[in-house]
Amino acid sequence: MEPQLYDEFGTALSRQEILDATGAPVVMFDRVDLAFDEKVILRNVSFTLLKGHTKIFLGASGAGKSTILKLILGLWKPDAGVIWVNGERVDQMNERQIMHVRADLGMVFQEGALFDSLTVRENVGYKLYEEMNWPPDKVNERVEEVLGFIGLADFIDRMPSELSGGQRRRVAIARAMAAKPRILLYDEPTTGLDPITSITVDEEIVKLRDLEGVSSIVVTHQLRDAFFVACHEARLVDGHVRIEPASEQKSEEAEFIMLKDGGIIFEGPAGDLRRSTDPYLQTFLS
Amino acid sequence: MLRWATEWTKAALLEVQEYVRLCRASINAMVTRPFYYRDLVQQFDSIGLGSLTVVILTGLFTGAVLALQSGITLDQFGARPFVGRLVSASMIKELGPVLTALMLAGRVGSGIAAELGSMVVTDQVNALRALGTDPMRKLVAPRVLAGTLMCPVLTVISDVVGIIGGWVIAVFQLRVASSLYWSSVTESLYPADPWMGLIKPFFLGFVIVSVGCHVGLRTRGGTQGVGRATTNAVVTASVGVLVVDFFITRLLITLMY
Repeated sequence: MEPQLYDEFGTALSRQEILDATGAPVVMFDRVDLAFDEKVILRNVSFTLLKGHTKIFLGASGAGKSTILKLILGLWKPDAGVIWVNGERVDQMNERQIMHVRADLGMVFQEGALFDSLTVRENVGYKLYEEMNWPPDKVNERVEEVLGFIGLADFIDRMPSELSGGQRRRVAIARAMAAKPRILLYDEPTTGLDPITSITVDEEIVKLRDLEGVSSIVVTHQLRDAFFVACHEARLVDGHVRIEPASEQKSEEAEFIMLKDGGIIFEGPAGDLRRSTDPYLQTFLS
Repeated sequence: MLRWATEWTKAALLEVQEYVRLCRASINAMVTRPFYYRDLVQQFDSIGLGSLTVVILTGLFTGAVLALQSGITLDQFGARPFVGRLVSASMIKELGPVLTALMLAGRVGSGIAAELGSMVVTDQVNALRALGTDPMRKLVAPRVLAGTLMCPVLTVISDVVGIIGGWVIAVFQLRVASSLYWSSVTESLYPADPWMGLIKPFFLGFVIVSVGCHVGLRTRGGTQGVGRATTNAVVTASVGVLVVDFFITRLLITLMY
């Protein structure tokens, strides 16, 4: 049964009213378990992502970080537990039912996963013309807008094979944000990139979160990038975007979750993570 | 040993189950919205026009060699003028459909498995799903539909070209009169023969493309996995073509003759 919430006058709130409210829970995991044969991937994982906030998943390879994103998207189903995305129980939905939930989700895959046979323009506008049936003019307008936002407007007619690794990742971000989803999922967005390009990608994540109000889940094992996203904020000053160190309140909105052997061993903001005395966390952070 | 046999049986049953599910989902995607028309046209072009050269060459030389070989055998009975009968009956009933299907298994089946396999290992299929597209509708249904409909068309072309190849050999090598060849081409055929040659390729085309899609979408293990998938698709589709050809032929003989 769906949870029922009420306003201060006792009136039941609709799902949309709940989701429109500040700090609404947009993604919720409740005691989620997943195993493949004997191998446990996730064990009793629970967390909540609030609207406009960021969750950063850290952990060693094979700790189950990317699995969480696939569960949110409904690409995989959990063995036990409940997963809510934008007020819908995705763990019980079939492929057809989950399509409208995915309409409000964007995902940046590890290597970008751009469609080889399509140009940058077609990749970025894919969802708009293929699934949302936007007219071509409107699609072009939006594609140019998002490519301008990530600084790749000049690459609009290139093929993915003609782009560098960092550019591919940024085009993947553009594709994920083109349909204006309210939740963006990033799977190792900076893995394999040089430090300067990684910072460019990190800045895009921060810009989308702070300027577009997108709730984000970032899976990474690059600590430098994780802390950059958590400890910076984007501001619009005189029409120019500036990336600055985040205020204390803004830093609190980005929480780290450390996974180990499929379970959560830490959840909290950057400051708490740095101060943690847990030996595993200290080893991971050193 | 017992454990290995159990695991193998389980894996085989799982493959069959997944293949049946893919077939059902692709048929469902062909008759319900949304349709991806651009992909369908692209697949008609890729499977149909793209395979034309190989099918024409195969048909031409098969017909020619058939005339050449049967000419020698028929000479023993003084029946060289009947070479047209042998060529047309063999091409239309069996060699046209089967050889065209085998060529398609090599060209189209492997191509589909490699393309879809690459998409799987580079997360492009997951990206499609994340963008709200059902891969069954976007990737599988257009390919299966195009393969099922183009295989009979290519078979007819192969049959015609094969008979022409036989005519070239019959006239210029075996010195059979052209008019005699053409009249004997139609004489030996039962009314049901052209139908058999036309019905079978629908099933063979479906098998080739659906196997290619199934193997491609179940690719695991990076680029090495893509190579394995491509080989598996060609082998499975080729064997599938011969097996399905036998059973469909048996069924059609029972129903039509």
